[in-house]
Amino acid sequence: MDILVCVKRVPDTSENEIELNRAGNDINRDDLVYSVNEWDNYAVEEALRIVENAGGSVTVVTVGDEEAEEVLRREMAMGADKGLLLCDEAFEGSDGMGLARILKAAVEKGKYDLILTGAQADDGAGQVGGMLAAMLDLPFASLVNLIEVGEGKLKVGREIEGGNQEMNAISLPCVLSIQTGINEPRYVGIRGIRKVASVEIPRLGAGDLGLDAGKVGAAAAKVKRLDYFVPEMGAGAEILEGSTDEIIAKLLELLKAKGGLK
Amino acid sequence: MAQIFAYILHKNGVIDDTARELLAVARKIDASATPTALVLGAGSELASACAAAAGAYAQVWKVDNAALAYPNAEVVRKALVKLVPAGSIVLMAHEHFGMDLAPGLAIRMDAAFVSDLVDIEDLDGGLLKAVRQEFGGAVHSHVTVDLSTGAVITARPGSFQAKEEAAAGGQVADKSGAVEDLAGRRDFIEVVAAEVGDVDITKSEVLVSCGRGFEEQDNLAIAFELAKAMGADVSCSRPIVDAKWLEKARQVGTSGQTVKPKVYMACGISGSFQHMGGIKGNPFIVAINKNPKAPIFQVADVGIVADVLEFIPELTEKIKEGA
Ligand SMILES: Cc1cc2nc3c(=O)[nH]c(=O)nc-3n(C[C@H](O)[C@H](O)[C@H](O)COP(=O)(O)OP(=O)(O)OC[C@H]3O[C@@H](n4cnc5c(N)ncnc54)[C@H](O)[C@@H]3O)c2cc1C
Repeated sequence: MDILVCVKRVPDTSENEIELNRAGNDINRDDLVYSVNEWDNYAVEEALRIVENAGGSVTVVTVGDEEAEEVLRREMAMGADKGLLLCDEAFEGSDGMGLARILKAAVEKGKYDLILTGAQADDGAGQVGGMLAAMLDLPFASLVNLIEVGEGKLKVGREIEGGNQEMNAISLPCVLSIQTGINEPRYVGIRGIRKVASVEIPRLGAGDLGLDAGKVGAAAAKVKRLDYFVPEMGAGAEILEGSTDEIIAKLLELLKAKGGLK
Repeated sequence: MAQIFAYILHKNGVIDDTARELLAVARKIDASATPTALVLGAGSELASACAAAAGAYAQVWKVDNAALAYPNAEVVRKALVKLVPAGSIVLMAHEHFGMDLAPGLAIRMDAAFVSDLVDIEDLDGGLLKAVRQEFGGAVHSHVTVDLSTGAVITARPGSFQAKEEAAAGGQVADKSGAVEDLAGRRDFIEVVAAEVGDVDITKSEVLVSCGRGFEEQDNLAIAFELAKAMGADVSCSRPIVDAKWLEKARQVGTSGQTVKPKVYMACGISGSFQHMGGIKGNPFIVAINKNPKAPIFQVADVGIVADVLEFIPELTEKIKEGA
């Protein structure tokens, strides 16, 4: 099975506190540590496991700038066979639909049986997989937390409410968005990264993909982000202050009053 | 103004709370809107759901088809594409079904798509200005959405306040004839119920809940010690389950359990909406987090800015001393 996994380079929220910049029009990007989107890492792991059992290949693709290459390399160090960087100034400012359009063009340049995305990334939109499927006229399932390979089709579990799982049979080729927890992604060591450090990663721009530059990027976007902000919130929590002993004494008093200590 | 539709989630004939919230979303887009409820399903459950929807919406479009007995997003999307006129605005809730259905629907309708709105500010010349959150709620953003060719919009459950309104006494129009062949390439098989764990956190009165802030599996021991001293149970956020450190039955949130404790101790948890969505009954929430800007402090009653790995053992010690 030949599998394409769409990945994104995002600020690592476990390494950084996301804050506004001084001007208040963006997040503070100084000293941000970036990594591969958490959901995508599970998607790549799942692709690798499928190929380990059923044969085939795993290609990782991203739309981004030159720096995005590092996440492709990281996923290749995990075991992906190929990387593809879709990179063009014309892509800047694309909304979800623009990104899906760019990815669609890349999908059509290859031949894939299965296309995976993460269920969502840093903006929480959860849109690219479903859009890509519709553009390609392929069946789609989101929030997938189980895949079993069958003949010409897959059995997939979707995570629904309350920890329940919705089982579906879906025909191949198809697009799936992967939920965290579907597997335990393998560890990537420095050695693995070194091994792929000099592998050539092809770069494709709008022209290579046969994309009309007017159909992607900021000009074509129907959804535009104007700013980032932190709203004036209500009172919020009463923050307990003082020495640790004082904080604990106050907390215990509150817990007793609220029935939190038995 | 384009026609506004609200996709109604329902189960066992009962409509979801978000049905009325979507009415509030429609009114925020256009105060004079008379949105139409889309209620798809099959049989008597559908009839009850339509009746309930007609209590809130002046117009209800009903589609009765055996293929819609279980809401399979691939099938529902096919039906909606046939049903909804071009250029319309379709609203739905941002939960697992909306996430499955909505992005592809926008493509099929050739409409704009925006998801997980938490507020709507205004509509100016066909451009909707709305509010989203990014980075797990750490920051908000304003977005504009071009409604000129229609839009599919998903709204975060609980973010738009449903107003108490007089019963709408809505008309139910049967649109079943508009959709026929709905066979798709994804077939629903069954729902597998969640596994039952050692503890039933839905019954717990006091919960010590652990998040990614615990950093390592071994560190969870201090949460169990605290819980023991307090007479509480241990629950957790999703990353702890994803890492297989605790069983799924202990996960609080929209894709885990819904808990109703008296006291909820959120330790090393950032406070994502999917996590908070599993906490009901207005418990007394204590948040312990080393980041003073963590979103959890906006929803907690009491906050302690501290490292859980240092603070929790001291707290446990003091409780034991007092006992
Ligand atoms: C469809 C879907 C469904 C989901 N369902 C759920 C669900 O049911 N339940 C759920 O929980 N999540 C769910 N999620 C995931 C959710 O979006 C968040 O990613 C998750 O809740 C974050 O968990 P967390 O707060 O433990 O981790 P993080 O967001 O990483 O937060 C960790 C917090 O710990 C703090 N911290 C770090 N170290 C320390 C320390 N030493 N001491 C004190 N504080 C520290 C940090 O400041 C941070 O605030 C779902 C996501 C999706 C897409």
